[in-house]
Amino acid sequence: MSLSVPDLNLRIVVPALIVSITALVVLLGELVTPAARKRWLGYTSLIGLLIAVGATFGLWDAHATAFGGMIAADNFGLFLTLVILLGALLSVLLSVDFLRAHQVEHGEYYMLVLSAVVGMIVMATATDLIVIFLGLELLSLPLYILAAFKREDGPSLEAGLKYFLLGAFSSAFFLYGIAFVFGATGATNLTKIAAAIAKNPSGDLLLVGAGLLLVGFAFKVALVPFHWWTPDVYAGAPTAVTAFMSVAVKAAAFGAFFRAFFVALPGLAMDWRALVALIAVLTMTLGNVAALLQSNIKRMLAYSSIAHAGYILVALVAMGAQGSSSALFYLLAYTLTNLGAFGAVIALSDGARERLEIGDYAGAAQKQPFAAAALTICLLSLAGFPPFAGFVGKFLIFSAAVETGWAWLAVIGVLNSLVSVYFYLRPVVQMYMTEAQPGWDGSATLTTRIAPLVALALAIAVVGVLALGLFPTPAIALATGGFVR
Amino acid sequence: MIPLNFYLILAAALFCIGLFGALARRNAIGILIGIELMLNAVNINLVAFWRYIKPAGATMDLAGQIFALFVITLAAAEAAIGLALVIAIYRSRDTVNVEDVNLMKW
Repeated sequence: MSLSVPDLNLRIVVPALIVSITALVVLLGELVTPAARKRWLGYTSLIGLLIAVGATFGLWDAHATAFGGMIAADNFGLFLTLVILLGALLSVLLSVDFLRAHQVEHGEYYMLVLSAVVGMIVMATATDLIVIFLGLELLSLPLYILAAFKREDGPSLEAGLKYFLLGAFSSAFFLYGIAFVFGATGATNLTKIAAAIAKNPSGDLLLVGAGLLLVGFAFKVALVPFHWWTPDVYAGAPTAVTAFMSVAVKAAAFGAFFRAFFVALPGLAMDWRALVALIAVLTMTLGNVAALLQSNIKRMLAYSSIAHAGYILVALVAMGAQGSSSALFYLLAYTLTNLGAFGAVIALSDGARERLEIGDYAGAAQKQPFAAAALTICLLSLAGFPPFAGFVGKFLIFSAAVETGWAWLAVIGVLNSLVSVYFYLRPVVQMYMTEAQPGWDGSATLTTRIAPLVALALAIAVVGVLALGLFPTPAIALATGGFVR
Repeated sequence: MIPLNFYLILAAALFCIGLFGALARRNAIGILIGIELMLNAVNINLVAFWRYIKPAGATMDLAGQIFALFVITLAAAEAAIGLALVIAIYRSRDTVNVEDVNLMKW
């Protein structure tokens, strides 16, 4: 029996390693940091994440694999790593004062966020079903705890339990699918699976496996009909956590989703594209229609995130280089925009008292013009107005769909965007065109000062949304990276 | 030798029992046990496939067995977090019945 040492090539996983080390430092730091200085743990996390961003740029164009082809640093994975790190950076900026205001200022929070980031990076760069599953669990487990992080708060605990039960349930489906794909092809490596499928493109086991994989991914990115956990979990979880998981989980899960279906399963192409197109139509439509009916802004943004998952799915149907690059750009734009929107919700709250009903936003523009403007810009970008990032993202995805012969899908997408304008504009109308209600119990004490870190996060998000909308070319060029095969 | 299909049928039956438990139980612990059964069905599948389907050219490919070990480890981690959440819920509401955990509309 000979034991060969695999090519470890640790250089490839340096960003994930840096974040892991930061997580451990924060966990140890929690023991020695006095209660009044817990924010330093947040600053430590920010520094670690920034170093990881630098390391990711250092790997650009490396196009190499590590651990015997189980994980890859191709530009697709590195771009998603950047999106995930950006999402985490902005979330930590939003969290520092949020945790203090809600009296849950524990260092474990940052450690859990960083562990989830490691899982996301692993998932987005994995080229083997075992590693994809490992990343998926590594990102899910900390998020279950984070959703329930306000232990004394009923909705938060409930969100944690629901997220956990449905997440574990979907993991079982995902695993069952992996087992069938493994049985049908004798491999877990995506490239080897593709080779096996090229030799034998049919087979019941393979189809069942691919279907169950689709179900597992659909749960994680919240596609209809596997979306029903989303509104409750997003509404119940602490707002800073909702902001984080609404963007970063999507980036990681869509990364693995695209990689699995582009690299491993294109041999099955005709079998699944029509089905995925149908799911995309259902997801976009149900997400937008349900969002019309919401009066709670977090639930509205939850349904809006379902709709956006539907738009990104259109890029999966389009396939090819255009499909993947438009999805990458969209995920970047969506990350900045959605974090900006949730950041504005945090900025517009009075300490621990959050304004969650859309009616609460009446007259907010007079009290807090900056946060109101940021929320307006982000909501318009989510709706797809030019000159914001959301418009360019939608344009790229829909043109990719048209050019690959899925024009009807693009038409349904555009019609959906039109529907979405109505509910995205409702808070804007409340903020700018309605007088503040004197009776609303928080309006008298509304703080006109935004915490500096929250203001910084909002500024980054707004500048990013505008920059991506006005000068999208550099980001599109970065997003055109392909896969290692 | 027992044919591969027998193992797959056993695993499918176990998966379905777990699925039924996860869907029909109202007790959060019961749901958790159902999910564990589903994961164990996956393990049977993985090991059976590994034993019966040798990838061509691989002399020492242990992917199926290693994967099953990963699944067992993660199921343990999941159970730890799940039970912690259930205990936290029980402390605040004196119930582990998921129908009573309904502050938000489902």
